Amino acid sequence: MNVPIRPLVSASLILAVSAFVLAGAVADGGHYFPPVADKTTAEECGSCHLAFPPSMLPAASWRKMMGQLDQHFGDDASVDAATADLITRYLTSNAGDSSGLRFSGKLLRDLRPGEAPLRITELPRWKREHRKIRAAEWADPEVKSKANCAACHEGATRGYFDDD
Amino acid sequence: MSGHRFISTLLLALAFPALAVAGPRDELLTRYTSEARAADAGFSGFSAARGEALYRDRHAGGKPDTPACASCHANDPRKPGQTPTGKSIDPVAVSVSPNRYTDPAKVEKWFRRNCKEVLGRQCSPLEKGDWLTWMISQ
Repeated sequence: MNVPIRPLVSASLILAVSAFVLAGAVADGGHYFPPVADKTTAEECGSCHLAFPPSMLPAASWRKMMGQLDQHFGDDASVDAATADLITRYLTSNAGDSSGLRFSGKLLRDLRPGEAPLRITELPRWKREHRKIRAAEWADPEVKSKANCAACHEGATRGYFDDD
Repeated sequence: MSGHRFISTLLLALAFPALAVAGPRDELLTRYTSEARAADAGFSGFSAARGEALYRDRHAGGKPDTPACASCHANDPRKPGQTPTGKSIDPVAVSVSPNRYTDPAKVEKWFRRNCKEVLGRQCSPLEKGDWLTWMISQ
């Protein structure tokens, strides 16, 4: 029998690498949320704040948010229709209840079905994880805002939100 | 292809990237000029000094936490600014950010958003041209 060695070797290599990467994510205690990989989304969502990983919110949240970008937490963040459409598709298909599920499990665990929160910082799980942070620490000029994840989570831009 | 024509083509090809970078900024200024003239027949050109005043002045009408351009952009336009969520903003002066103002759609997007935040209204073509003129000189 003629066994196709090359595809088998490549497949095993790919599997081995993925297993290693995934094990890393799990070993991290569920604090890994893949960063935005789409260029337009990274640019548009990342110009004022960290481009939050899509798996941190359910698809319904992203749809709602993208439908009111002209009033985005008090700011006008509107984009043209084609750009909005592209970003919405990226965010919803990688949302915490879509393909981002394996990463967001814990963060979205306490949400009622159909709930579409807009602030990641108001997720019950987020609040619980940050309950020990004192008001003075939030008010630190280096922190400025709860949306400034990277002030404390050094690996935030790479998707790591460990307890630092 | 004759040698002469080849060299001309080559020179044109080499010059093109430079043109591509300088183009959009001139294109914007031309556009703001004709818009400013349409709004005011007495329009007599943009002013870097007015642009600087627009940048530094505290304005009423916008959001209370962002009364000036310099609320988020640095006082010195050659230095990076910072958003309210702590993210760094590339300097707005052309000398240190040579790629700025080369994408007209992006420029219009930020004028639309930021004028609303700071002034509570859209910027006039005169204000946009003044801003751009000051930034090009910086």
